[in-house]
Amino acid sequence: MTEEIIIAGFGGQGVLSMGKILAYSGVMQNKEVSWMPSYGPEMRGGTANVTVIISDERISSPILNSFDTAIILNQQSMDKFEKTVKPGGLLIYDPNGITRFPERKDINIYSIEAADEAGKRGLSKIFNMIVLGGFLKLKPLVAPEFIHKGLEKSLPARHHKLIPENEKAIELGKEILKPIQVLN
Amino acid sequence: MGELRLMKGNEAIAEAAIRAGCDGYFGYPITPQSEVMEYLMAEKPHERTGMVVLQAESEVASINMLYGGAGTGKKVMTSSSSPGISLMQEGISYMAGAELPAVVVNVVRGGPGLGTIQPSQADYFQAVKGGGHGDYKMIVYAPASVQEMSDHVKLAFDKAFQYRTPVMILSDGAIGQMMEKVELFDPIPRRTDEEVIAACPWASTGRPKTRNHNIITSLDLDPAGQEKVNLKLQEKYRMMEQNEVMYEEIMTGDAEYLFVAFGLSARICQKATDIARAKGIKVGLFRPITLFPFPTVQIAATGSRVKGILVVEMNAGQMIEDVRLSLGCKVKIEHFGRFGGIIPSPDEVVKALEQKIIGG
Repeated sequence: MTEEIIIAGFGGQGVLSMGKILAYSGVMQNKEVSWMPSYGPEMRGGTANVTVIISDERISSPILNSFDTAIILNQQSMDKFEKTVKPGGLLIYDPNGITRFPERKDINIYSIEAADEAGKRGLSKIFNMIVLGGFLKLKPLVAPEFIHKGLEKSLPARHHKLIPENEKAIELGKEILKPIQVLN
Repeated sequence: MGELRLMKGNEAIAEAAIRAGCDGYFGYPITPQSEVMEYLMAEKPHERTGMVVLQAESEVASINMLYGGAGTGKKVMTSSSSPGISLMQEGISYMAGAELPAVVVNVVRGGPGLGTIQPSQADYFQAVKGGGHGDYKMIVYAPASVQEMSDHVKLAFDKAFQYRTPVMILSDGAIGQMMEKVELFDPIPRRTDEEVIAACPWASTGRPKTRNHNIITSLDLDPAGQEKVNLKLQEKYRMMEQNEVMYEEIMTGDAEYLFVAFGLSARICQKATDIARAKGIKVGLFRPITLFPFPTVQIAATGSRVKGILVVEMNAGQMIEDVRLSLGCKVKIEHFGRFGGIIPSPDEVVKALEQKIIGG
């Protein structure tokens, strides 16, 4: 099993930390992982993205131009990454801030109104965990107990009291994920 | 099994230095390697092992602090990125001349000049052919993963002291910035003063009545003396060529074509190998791990069995010269590179193989 994922959005949305929690959970489950962030001029322009690969085998290139899954959190990222999803692959997006919806006919598409839901419940800081929950519902690559360990490892000790809230957000994400286009 | 962590390449370098029993790190911040010193400052190794971490006033100061520390037999390290490493060349040459052990990490970014902060492999010539003046060589390791960032630090310290030479780790911005799973090695205690004296009888550790002064210098105005120094250095480099070559071969057994690539490019070529093989192209990958000593004999053996070789580098064609020297005109050898901080994609590499080697 190898899953190649791009997570892309604005800086501050928790794109990199969502990737890190996913990757660390993979490590705890004894998978091979890589986490390759955009850095430099791209980030300074306000967008952030990270390539996460989780595999049972040694990972070759940490840099990819096509992905099994794209998690897209703003319009710039939709423009850049919709076309990079492999045929038959998965695209998850938050419609908040999206003006042009995905048009591909050969991929599975789901939406998740994470920003909206997080705002309503005062959970805007863990918006990214709602999105992660949506992804994990479709691709349960790591078991919940390892996500828990991943959170413990990724968050500084002073934030460990927030882990149950993070886990709740993940569960919420699983509930609110909406299919838009599902291939047979 | 050692402790498992998810770390950036730069963080792995820093943690490995502490665990390798490093006595002193001297550096000056520059993207994309600033996490090395950031990690060390946050980790406070002085409290863990007594290791000193110092932000110098410049790269020139850092490398001269390394010279001083190494002269006393201490395990010392610096890290920087391309423009900073250029500033250090004089000091590296002096350390090679004075036979001082030290570890220098270059997390390469695109050049020339200030260039860009994105990853590159354009410092191959500088690292391997001697960026500073004089006939010297360094052992140069090219890690291709965060795990190797950690492992090569330990190895580099061992070899630096075994051969009394500066050793370089030639990485790049991508491997520095990315996170992967690392199995950390068990910490090695820092040497005590007595252990330093025993291990480094050449070092300036204070003169006992039993011997003369130890003098650390790269200067000998008598040409006969200086030729002797050079002959000794060359003998050491021949020993490295015999004993220190490291490389990896992936799917070369039945290969009709070959990628040769180091560091990040080798990772990309590994993916390209999978893609090409799925299309029915029998290609393998040869990855030099030491760039000096270069795996000349091994590349010649594997390379002479194939129909063509594509050397893939994030530069305009540097290591390809060593591949051609290894094989002569026996095989078609072409280069594919992207520059200035652009990382080639695995698909691009396969296309280049098809166009330049198979179809060309």
